[in-house]
Amino acid sequence: MSADSVAHDDHTPSLWSWKRWVYSTNHKDIGTMYLVFAIFAGIIGGFLSGLMRVELMEPGLQVFNNGFWGNEHNYNVATTMHGLIMIFFMVMPAMIGGFGNWFVPLMIGAPDMAFPRMNNISFWLLPAAFALAVISMFVPGTGGENGFGGGWVLYPPLSTTGHNGPAMDLLILSLHIAGVSSILGAINFITTIFNMRAPGMTLHKMPLFVWSVLVTVFLLLLSLPVLAGALTMLLTDRNFGTAFFDPAGGGDPVMFQHLFWFFGHPEVYILILPGFGIISHIVSTFSRKPVFGYLGMAYAMVAIGFIGFIVWAHHMYTVGLPVDLKAYFVAATMVIAVPTGIKIFSWIATMWGGSIEFRTPMMWAIGFIFLFTVGGVTGVVLANAGVDQALHDTYYVVAHFHYVLSLGAVFAIFAGWYYWFEKIFGVKYNSLFARLQFLFFFVGANVIFFPQHFLGLQGMPRRYVDYPDAYALWNEVSTYGYFIMLVGMVFFFLVLVDAMVRRRKADANPWGEGATTLEWTLSSPPPFHQFNELPKIK
Amino acid sequence: MRFLTALMITWTTAMAGAFAATPGQPTDGHLGLQPAVTPISQDITFFHDLILMPIITVVTLFVMGLLVWVIFRYNRKANPTPGKSTHNTLLEVIWTGIPIVILIVISIWSFPLLYLQDETPEGDFVIKATGYQWNWSYEYPDQGVGEYFSNMVADEDLQPGQLRNLSVDYPVVVPVGATVVLQVTAADVIHNWAMPAFGTKMDAIPGRINEAWFQVEQEGVYYGQCSELCGLRHAFMPIEVHAVSQDVFDAWVALKADDPFSEDANQLIADYQAARNTRLAQLN
Repeated sequence: MSADSVAHDDHTPSLWSWKRWVYSTNHKDIGTMYLVFAIFAGIIGGFLSGLMRVELMEPGLQVFNNGFWGNEHNYNVATTMHGLIMIFFMVMPAMIGGFGNWFVPLMIGAPDMAFPRMNNISFWLLPAAFALAVISMFVPGTGGENGFGGGWVLYPPLSTTGHNGPAMDLLILSLHIAGVSSILGAINFITTIFNMRAPGMTLHKMPLFVWSVLVTVFLLLLSLPVLAGALTMLLTDRNFGTAFFDPAGGGDPVMFQHLFWFFGHPEVYILILPGFGIISHIVSTFSRKPVFGYLGMAYAMVAIGFIGFIVWAHHMYTVGLPVDLKAYFVAATMVIAVPTGIKIFSWIATMWGGSIEFRTPMMWAIGFIFLFTVGGVTGVVLANAGVDQALHDTYYVVAHFHYVLSLGAVFAIFAGWYYWFEKIFGVKYNSLFARLQFLFFFVGANVIFFPQHFLGLQGMPRRYVDYPDAYALWNEVSTYGYFIMLVGMVFFFLVLVDAMVRRRKADANPWGEGATTLEWTLSSPPPFHQFNELPKIK
Repeated sequence: MRFLTALMITWTTAMAGAFAATPGQPTDGHLGLQPAVTPISQDITFFHDLILMPIITVVTLFVMGLLVWVIFRYNRKANPTPGKSTHNTLLEVIWTGIPIVILIVISIWSFPLLYLQDETPEGDFVIKATGYQWNWSYEYPDQGVGEYFSNMVADEDLQPGQLRNLSVDYPVVVPVGATVVLQVTAADVIHNWAMPAFGTKMDAIPGRINEAWFQVEQEGVYYGQCSELCGLRHAFMPIEVHAVSQDVFDAWVALKADDPFSEDANQLIADYQAARNTRLAQLN
């Protein structure tokens, strides 16, 4: 490193200078802000799910019983906002904004993102969007009740004539702004990855996490404008007399569902793809082996991204689609299992013959692989429109997508968190607490979501504030799982407090020879500006 | 082979929860689908319990087995020097090919089931169901039964034998064995007419009429629930269908045609079910 760059390091602004954060153009600072934001939003989203699980612990109305927490409508608001917050303000900011911002430039040997100021606005739009979403819970939604309770899918007419108050308008604006934030971020990542790789780093030498972010941001760039269009049509239907989705004016509510899921299905891959990248690095690092079938892994993600755009109507098997169309979507959807299977088997093949060390991130990664498999196979069941007719909109679906998101994406986030914690914050963490968090999360999440398969098979519909008495047992078990997971969250915060108090200086590379990507060649935390002289890749 | 058959039978019954399960309603603590009473739901149950469940269980156990194996065989103590292999074309072809074969096997049953559900046969008569916030209404245009509303029985009004959140005041009645064509629509927001025991689930969408069909093969009372989020009382607009003999149905229709909210018609069905329950109790 030249004397020049050392001099730069000395100009690292103080941690307590507000300008450092508000005016930030530094990809690492912005990444950190994204991570903190995601934790904050995750607490709120997790709290809402707690309200729901306590409500569902036994038949009857316990929480939403016209008392402090309101009535059945407020339960619907809780499910809606839990979904939207976890997707738009927790998983996406953590994976793409947080880890993406931090490690895409580091892994490709770039000094920063291509458009640092745009990076700043990408982040700062998010708190604004989040504020609008939270405020929407406290302004009139429908019939004198506060908030929008129409589900995260926002189907009209429930989101138009069904909710005539300003809550839905605020939510539309919130999602518009969150969408703009993501599109700007996507442009930034695409430009960075295509133009700022260190000399010698061809696309086919690029680390898999960077590949995963590249595929993800392309999905964002192509799908979010469709959501924006659909949201704008909702807005004008609500406020300016149009009838895009109103049958009385010649519109069709089902058209919204097509537009929404044309965005919505790529969106669920947006949530999981960066996790695939993270898991590949962790598995390879702790097995001390290069990733098995690197090119297959990269192009499996490209294939998953592409197929993700042509399967959307499998969310709509019961709207009355023509049967041949359904048959097409069944076939296309089942194809997804092939590239996903390639990824699962390649991870196992990476471990095969390796010298595996069970450090904290590796435990999360192995947990991820197993649980993602469970969520994947139930996805194959649901792909069959014939069976989906029994399972559509039941708890089976809830169990399926929480296995791939709550147990998949979230486990990948925590795997990445504990993989890069020292690199990001420059201090070590207490791995005992982190492992206990894993233990409680693994047990708790399974206790929450596995019994929900049984509820779904028995026919319990989603989004029900109260249920027939015969669904009592598994709902009670499921709620116990929530409390187990809550204990895990306590350990998560203990890890943070412990790391802050003890401040043990981190190593540049705590993982040894298996960690081969460029971020481990830098100090922990990395200098404020890195790679002033570009590294050369052989 | 006999062992395999026995295993399969045990599996199916466990999945379907056939032990002590009353058809037409959920049973607490059960693991599988509700007992099937129509050709469609019997096919769904077969496809799910005997094709899909074994496949996904084997796949999951296989992946879990591989994970357990690498954890024990390739941890740092057991295998201090890591191997170098990063490619194996044959292996990659196999794990691409075998999933494709499995998917083709699944589709052998998947597509016929889909077309069975979707291609409505020549029906005996039509029931029109309309979703409202928050109740259902029914019409029998072929029999001249005008629109009547079907509301959930409130907790405090429950009679013995009625189920909380499932029983309604004016149920749907169909004759056993008849092919019923169900036309579903909605008046305000989207609802969904779902009946687990029939394998029926159809969105009720304003401005559209969706069609489904069912043929109940067994007398009894069947309960379903609205399955598309429709607002405040989404959880409280259940569906109740009585499958009765043809003559009881004819008598019910005659009363209903005069007065869609006929209490006599309700009484007729109630007496019929009471007699049936007595008969069943004697059998047991």
